[in-house]
Amino acid sequence: MTYIAKPKFHHPGLKKNELGYTHRDYEGKISTLCAGCGHDSITASIIEACYELSIEPHRVAKISGIGCSSKTPDYFLGNSHGFNSVHGRMPSVLTGANLANRDLIYLGVSGDGDSASIGFGQFAHSIRRAVNMTYIVENNGVYGLTKGQFSATADRGSKSKKGVTNTDNAIDLVAIALQLGATFVARSFSGDKTQLVPLIAAAIRHKGASFIDVISPCIAFNNHAGSTKSFDYVREHNDAVNRLDVLVGREPISVDYAPGTVQVVEQHDGSRLALRKLDADYDPHDRLGAQTFLQKHAAKGQIVTGLLYVDPDAEDLHTHLDTVETPLNTLDEQALCPGSAVLDKINASLR
Amino acid sequence: MKPTDISAPDYFHKVVDCQWACPAHTPVPEYIRLIAEGRYSDAYMINWQSNVFPGILGRTCDRPCEPACRRGRVEETPVAICRLKRVAADFKDDIKHRLPKPGPKNGKRIALVGGGPASLAVARDLAPLGYHCTVFDGDPKAGGMMRSQIPKFRLPDSVIDEETGYILGLGVEFKGGQRVDSLKQLLAENYDAIFVGSGAPRGRELDIPGRKEAAANIHIGIEWLANVSFGHVDKIGRRVIVLGGGNTAMDCCRTARRLGGEMVKVVVRSGFEEMKASPWEKEDAIHEDIPILNYMVPVSFKHVAGKLIGVTFQKVRAEYDDKGRRNLVPSGEPDETIPCDDVLVAVGQENAFPWIEADCGIEFDKWHMPKVDPKTFVSTNPKVFFGGDAAFGPKNIIWAVAHGHDAALSIHKMLSGEDINERPLPEVHVSSQKMGIHEWSYDNDISADKRFKVPHRDKVVALKDIRAEVELGYDLKLALGEAQRCLNCDVQTVFAAPLCIECDACVDICPMDCISFTENGEEDDLRQRLKAPSPHHDQALYVSGDLKTGRVMVKDEDVCLHCGLCAERCPTGAWDMQKYLIDMVQAGSTCQSKARSAA
Repeated sequence: MTYIAKPKFHHPGLKKNELGYTHRDYEGKISTLCAGCGHDSITASIIEACYELSIEPHRVAKISGIGCSSKTPDYFLGNSHGFNSVHGRMPSVLTGANLANRDLIYLGVSGDGDSASIGFGQFAHSIRRAVNMTYIVENNGVYGLTKGQFSATADRGSKSKKGVTNTDNAIDLVAIALQLGATFVARSFSGDKTQLVPLIAAAIRHKGASFIDVISPCIAFNNHAGSTKSFDYVREHNDAVNRLDVLVGREPISVDYAPGTVQVVEQHDGSRLALRKLDADYDPHDRLGAQTFLQKHAAKGQIVTGLLYVDPDAEDLHTHLDTVETPLNTLDEQALCPGSAVLDKINASLR
Repeated sequence: MKPTDISAPDYFHKVVDCQWACPAHTPVPEYIRLIAEGRYSDAYMINWQSNVFPGILGRTCDRPCEPACRRGRVEETPVAICRLKRVAADFKDDIKHRLPKPGPKNGKRIALVGGGPASLAVARDLAPLGYHCTVFDGDPKAGGMMRSQIPKFRLPDSVIDEETGYILGLGVEFKGGQRVDSLKQLLAENYDAIFVGSGAPRGRELDIPGRKEAAANIHIGIEWLANVSFGHVDKIGRRVIVLGGGNTAMDCCRTARRLGGEMVKVVVRSGFEEMKASPWEKEDAIHEDIPILNYMVPVSFKHVAGKLIGVTFQKVRAEYDDKGRRNLVPSGEPDETIPCDDVLVAVGQENAFPWIEADCGIEFDKWHMPKVDPKTFVSTNPKVFFGGDAAFGPKNIIWAVAHGHDAALSIHKMLSGEDINERPLPEVHVSSQKMGIHEWSYDNDISADKRFKVPHRDKVVALKDIRAEVELGYDLKLALGEAQRCLNCDVQTVFAAPLCIECDACVDICPMDCISFTENGEEDDLRQRLKAPSPHHDQALYVSGDLKTGRVMVKDEDVCLHCGLCAERCPTGAWDMQKYLIDMVQAGSTCQSKARSAA
C-alpha cells in the first residue's frame, strides 16, 4: 500500500482530448492493491479508453461487487457515479440502474470469484437479457483477498503457490458469454494494453451486452511456475486472433494496413472497428465458430485473445422491453401516473 | 540505444540538475533535506565544503542552479535554492569547531594575489594541508569585490567578516593594504606557487561627447560603489541616471536611491528582457521605484559650464538578421535628453594587469587576457595560476570559488610531484533509501506549494538606511515550506532489468508518464515513441537492457518527480530509490593518491 497521494503534477506536454481533459483527469484515488497487481493495469486501460473516447466522467456509472477487482472502481473515474454492491450482485444493481437511466454509460467491474462463483447466476442473466453495459471481469484465477485459493476459473491441472494441483474443471466465462448471447465478447491480458485499451473503448461504444474477460495475474498468489494465469504463462500461450483500432468520427482508416488484412465493422453508433487479422481464418461474426475455436485452443493450453465475437446490429434490453427513449428517472409525474382513465383503458384492453 | 551506464559518475549527476549547473557542484537536495530536518549546521557545512561562502552566496549568488531546477519544468517557479542556503547560514549554531584545523606546516609557501573569493577558496583548500598561504590585497580587509562592490543593504559586513574569518582562521596570512604591483618582485620572493585572483577591477568607460567636460558628475559604477562601501562617498544628486543593464547597474541605482537620489532611472541600450541583470535584481530595483528605460543608446552628456545637466539618447529598436543576430538600429524617433545631476556608468568591467611584467613568463592573448588552461588554471608560467574574474573575465562569486577549488588541486598536485593534467575522478556514493515496504528515508510526498516569497524590510525604512539589509531571509516556517518543494532529484530511480516482470505497475502509477516499455531503437526514434512527449533532448533517457519480452524500459529523466511511486508499486524491487552523492575532488580529497600527497 502506498501512503502518499499520487502527486497532482503531470507531464507539461500531456495531450488533451476533445473535452480538454488529460488522461490524468480520468484517474481516481491511488490504488491500495498489492504492488504489481494486474488489476491496476486494467484500471489504467479503462482510464486510457475513457480519455480517448472523450467521455464525460459524469456520464459514467461504475458498478462492482466484492473482491480485489471490485475495489478498482475507486481507482479510476473519480468524478463518475459509483456503486460498490454486494458480493456477486453487481449485474442486478447495474441492470436496475440501467433501467432507471438508460443514458449513462455502464461499466460493470467484477472478478472471477464475484462472477464465476457467488454471482454466476447474476452474470448469466444480465448477459442473456442484453443489458447495455461493458462487463469487465478481472480474472486472476485465485481468491486473492483470502490468500490464494483456486477460483472457479482456475484451469484444471494448474498449481497453487503452495504446489497443490487444481482438480476441478474451469469455468470459461468467455465461452459462457458467447453461449448466453452476448453481442460483444473479447478476451485480453492486463499486460497488453495495446490490445486491451481499444477493446474496452469498442465495448463502451457497443450497444448491448459487452463482455471482456481480462486475464490479470495476481502477483501475490498466482504468478508462479505451474500457474496458467501468470505473466510468463499468458505471454507464452497468448494466441491473439486480431488487433483492434477504434475509429470514432470520420477519420479515415489508416493506409498502413496491407490489403485484405483489415476487416472494418461499423457499430450502431457509427463508430468503426478496424480489425487487423492475425489469424486469417478467424471470423468475429461467427458465434458458433468462435465457440469451437475457443475450445480447440483451450485444449491445447492456448489462451485465445482479441475481439472474439461482435454483432454490430445488436439490440439491448430497452429495445426488447420497448421502453421510452426518455430515461425513466427523468419522467415527470404526469408521464409516470397518467391517471385512472389510462389505467381503465389498459385494464379494458386486457379483458 | 545501448543500456545506460549508471555507474558513470556524470550520469546521475546530470539528473541532479541544480548540482550539475552549480559551478562548485554543491549537493543542493542534500542540504535542503537537512534544512527540512532542522539540521542547519549540517546544511551549512555541506555548503561550506562546496562553495566556501554559504552566507554570502545565500544573499548574492547568481543562482545558475535555479533556472536548471527540475521544479521549474514541472510548475512555474524553481525552488528558492539560493535563499535556502541563507537559511542554513542564518540558523546554524557555532560551527567553528567543525572547521578544519591548520595542518602541520609542509614548508611550502603560496602567494595569493587579491583577497576575493577565488584566492580565499584556494587558501581554504590548501591551508589545512599544511601550506603557508599569504593573501595580498590593496584593501584593508579580506573579501575583495564581495566587500567593495556589493552594497551593504544586500550583503552586510558582518557576514563577510564571519566567512572570510573562517578561512583566515585556518592559519592563512592576510596582508591587507598591500597591493601587489609587480609580479616580477613577487616571483623573486621564491614562493612555491602563486595564485592570481585579482578580479576584473576596471570599470569600462563610456567615451561619448561631454564625458571629459562633465567628469565631476560622471562616475564609474564599480569605483563609485567601492567608495560608498568604504565611506568615501555618502551622497549623490537628486536626479540620477544609471547607464547599463547588468547587476552592477542594479546595485548602483539602488545605492543611489539611498544616498539622496529621488529620481533614479536606469537606461539600457538593449530590450528589458535581454538585460544582463538577474530578473530578481531587476524586480528589486523596480520595487524601489526605479524605472528601467530600454532601447536607448547614450550619445552625449549635456553640460553647461562644466556642470552636467543631462544625457541625450538615441532611440533604437531591435532587428534580427537571417542568422538570428540582433542589431540595434535607429528607430527614427527624435533623440531624447533626460535631465540629471549625476550619472553612474555601469556598462561592464575589464581585466587589467598593469602589474604583470612582460618577462614573467605569462603570455597574454589578443584580448590582453592571460592564457590560462581552463581545466588546471595554470598560466604559461607553470608556477603561476589564475582564477576568478582574473582568469576568464567577469563572472560571479560561485565561479570564482569553483576556479579556486580547481586551482588549489593543481597547486597541490604540482607540489606533490604529480601531473596536474591528470584530474582524479570524483567519489560517488549510491545507497538505497528503502526503510520498509513503502517507506523511504526521505520525504517522498510531493508538496504542491508555490514558491514562498522572502520577506523584505519595509521600503520606507530600507531606503533610509544604506546599511539596512533589505531581504530579511526566510523564517523557519517559510524555510520548511520552501524546503519541502525540493523534489529530491538526488534520490535516483535505479532500475534492475533482471528483476522486472513487465507488469506495467510503474508505468501506471508514474504521475509524470516518464516510463515506457517499448522496442529499442535509436535515440531520436525512441523519443518519438515514449508515453509522453520528450521535448528536452539534453535530458537523458535511461534505457535498460533487454527484458524478457525483448522490449526495453525507457525512462525520460526530464520531469521525474523522484516521488518513488514506481519503486513503491514495483512488486519485485526492480525499481529502487537510491541516494546519489558525489564528492567533487578538492585538494586533499581521498581520491587523490595518498601515497604521493605532499608530506
